[in-house]
Amino acid sequence: MAGKFNKAGKKEMPELNTSSLPDLVFAFLFFIMMVTTMREVSLKVIFRAPQATELQKLEKKSLVTFIYVGQPIQELRGQMGSETRIQLNDAFAEVHEIQDYIAQEKSSMKEEDQPFMTVSIKADRETKMGVITDIKQALREAWALKISYSAGLRGT
Amino acid sequence: MGSKKKTPGINGTSSADIAFMLLIFFLITTSMDTDRGLARRLPQPVPKDHKAEDTDIKKRNLLVVLINSSNQILCGNEFVELSQLKDKVKDFIDNPNNDENKPEKIAVDVPFFGTRMVTKNHVISLQNDRGTEYQAYINVQNELAAAYNELRDDISRRQFGKVFIDLSEEEQAAVQEVYPQRISEAEPKNYGGVN
Repeated sequence: MAGKFNKAGKKEMPELNTSSLPDLVFAFLFFIMMVTTMREVSLKVIFRAPQATELQKLEKKSLVTFIYVGQPIQELRGQMGSETRIQLNDAFAEVHEIQDYIAQEKSSMKEEDQPFMTVSIKADRETKMGVITDIKQALREAWALKISYSAGLRGT
Repeated sequence: MGSKKKTPGINGTSSADIAFMLLIFFLITTSMDTDRGLARRLPQPVPKDHKAEDTDIKKRNLLVVLINSSNQILCGNEFVELSQLKDKVKDFIDNPNNDENKPEKIAVDVPFFGTRMVTKNHVISLQNDRGTEYQAYINVQNELAAAYNELRDDISRRQFGKVFIDLSEEEQAAVQEVYPQRISEAEPKNYGGVN
């Protein structure tokens, strides 16, 4: 009876076998690599997504080109002012540069993928439509007709 | 020679640390957010030398939705609140009472449905001012999409007992034929007001 609660004296606690730990971590690593995407650009504009409910997911990430629109971030206000700006890749751009940018992105895709190219417009919710309209016209001229207005899900 | 000698095993205790480092690196540099948005198709560009000719659309087939620079919505000829817009648009697209001023219905052969009266030629023309706020524009786009989605869900449920997204591809195409999405984003105009 009492022996049940006695310490086993000499017996040592068996050590946990950690040899499979790397495998576990690697499995987790691969999972993360599958479900995430590389953050390609560092944002230079403030982008708060507008809210909507009828959203569709963008399917193939490799076919999507992003255009960011918004006011420059606080650190760049000194150089850029607080006007709404367009960001393509890592740099600020003007509307007339969009066409070249799209052409360049398009040519870097596989030929059979080019018709499915989608441009995602990530514009701040307080942007004036004038800028967006200009961008849309530029995209039409560049024959990038599939677009997506990026938005976040509105909580009901 | 020393052929009996065993090659010493590599000490693997640190590989867990290495894997952790890689894991943390990926956690930091990647982002998980899937991009969502309202998908639209832009019209083809108009050639520069080409005079924009007004395509002939019967007045009853056209619904103009206009957003002004103070984000007010004009639907048809009256101001509406955002919450009323969806029902108005649904009523316009569907035209359940065969109203004279709503889009004409044309008999179309649709798979699964047989011959159906469809408001095939309706156009919703979305126009905005340069000073309109983006959120207001997205709100309206969203309501238009919601109107189409509800109509499509409705008829899908009646015909197939499922909502639109759960249908097979052919069934979806058929439903799309019954309610074709025809939103036209007009050529930009400046309606006055501040830029």
